[in-house]
Amino acid sequence: MSSLSDKQERNYPTVWDKPPFISNNLLRWGIILGAIIYLIAALASMEINPQRLMEGIPRGQRFIASFFPPNFADNRGVVWDGILESIWMAIISTVAGIALSIPIGLGAARNLAPFWVYITCRSIIAGSRTFPEIILAIFAVKLFGFGPFAGFIALSLGTIGFFAKLLAEDIENSSESQAEAVKATGASWFQWINYAIQPQVMPRMIGLSVYRLDINFRESAVVGIVGGGGIGATLNTAFSRYEFDTAAAILLIIILIVMVLEYASSYLRKWVQ
Amino acid sequence: MGPVMVLINSGNDIEWRRRTTKKQIGIWLGWLVGISIVLFAWSVISEKTVWFFVQDAPRQAADIGSRMIPPKWSYITKLIVPIWDTINIATLGTIIAMTIAVPVAFCAARNTTPHSSVRVVALFIIVSSRSVNSLIWALMLVFILGPGVLAGTIAIGLRSIGFCAKLLYESIEEIDESQVEAVRATGASNIQQMTYGILPQVLPTIAGVGIYRWDINIRESTILGLVGAGGIGLQLNGSINTLAWTQVSTILLVILVTVFISEWVSAKVRGAII
Repeated sequence: MSSLSDKQERNYPTVWDKPPFISNNLLRWGIILGAIIYLIAALASMEINPQRLMEGIPRGQRFIASFFPPNFADNRGVVWDGILESIWMAIISTVAGIALSIPIGLGAARNLAPFWVYITCRSIIAGSRTFPEIILAIFAVKLFGFGPFAGFIALSLGTIGFFAKLLAEDIENSSESQAEAVKATGASWFQWINYAIQPQVMPRMIGLSVYRLDINFRESAVVGIVGGGGIGATLNTAFSRYEFDTAAAILLIIILIVMVLEYASSYLRKWVQ
Repeated sequence: MGPVMVLINSGNDIEWRRRTTKKQIGIWLGWLVGISIVLFAWSVISEKTVWFFVQDAPRQAADIGSRMIPPKWSYITKLIVPIWDTINIATLGTIIAMTIAVPVAFCAARNTTPHSSVRVVALFIIVSSRSVNSLIWALMLVFILGPGVLAGTIAIGLRSIGFCAKLLYESIEEIDESQVEAVRATGASNIQQMTYGILPQVLPTIAGVGIYRWDINIRESTILGLVGAGGIGLQLNGSINTLAWTQVSTILLVILVTVFISEWVSAKVRGAII
């Protein structure tokens, strides 16, 4: 009897260990080692200057202190104008961007489009996704001059990359049997899209368009930094004039509007589904 | 959902309609309001536009385009250090963000938060981090830390907390409670329930979200140089300001390639995890 329990103790560990996240030993240690080497190299290139950091602490405290209390009163007119301009800019760039995204998204769905259309549309999407809105905005400002029109162009182009990609993926994932059923009734191409594809992708697309409105509003706060109009221009001016209390007010308003949009989008998505 | 289709009886014919008359009018009204808002927004924007510049834009585009070709390939050697910095900003920024986002997400998830007041604070951290663009964070941090890679890294970190924490807490709220209950039934403490019941369920999400955000951060960190926060944006801004268009096209191509590689890596790694 005792020999059996000895054997049991020898063969089975009495303490349970969590199984590792990556089961291959060599791969696990290789990744850990590689990560450590990379971290050391990356941190070395950070050029952290302790003296500059120490200098920065009191400066940072003064800087943060100068944000409080947020000043909503002094530049009320300008801030209000900027916010409204941003909202209008976000709305039309979302609408224009989605209007452009629908044909591109249909073309980028492998199950709808012939190969050359698919490749063209996918390259448009990839191009629009690669460059951040702010780079698009720099070029738009160069081409169309300062002001909200440049911001509108940049945000619309940015919307294409986001919306057309998700639309195309959703169409590719849609149920084929429904599409086939509608086709079997002798529907034309447009009827087919309208009655078989559109109802399947619509709920998600409505949610996504509100989400994109939210993104465009947030991005409109930065395209202004390079001259694209909107609240970003006001914010940039406030920073340049060292009116940090006004800047704090602007940031709080942006946060508030984003919160409202986020709440609205989750409510709308629940209502649609 | 209401009735999916409506049959209208008019005399001897039965007509099929998709919606009731009332619903149809409601939808038309919705469209009317929506279109009015868009038209109004458009009129505001177009009032502030100098249309002469817009008409001139195609000629300008052709002009700048012709100046960008051919890219100045010899300039690439000067871009190696900036692109290395850009990648470091994205990677270290993502690490900072994930370190903070995981505890914030646990505080924000309804089923793991210590107290509902903690949850409100965590949600506020998430929203404010998400609402303020990394460029604005960088703008402020350059004031505090001075220009350089460090300001950019922290800006990317602060911006990403909200995104990562939001995705994480949503997945924490969707975990399978029965596994946690099974661990609790063994007499495990709260911390043990967390590490053995909850964490293994969300670990793939944590890794996936981190990689996904890293991919986005590579893109975001290419522009931080515009406000002096390091990375390749510094060269881009300088080249645009000095009208060195052949350098601009080289930089854009380098960004394009970097983004493609990071997207590929991210897709591969996420594919391996999930």
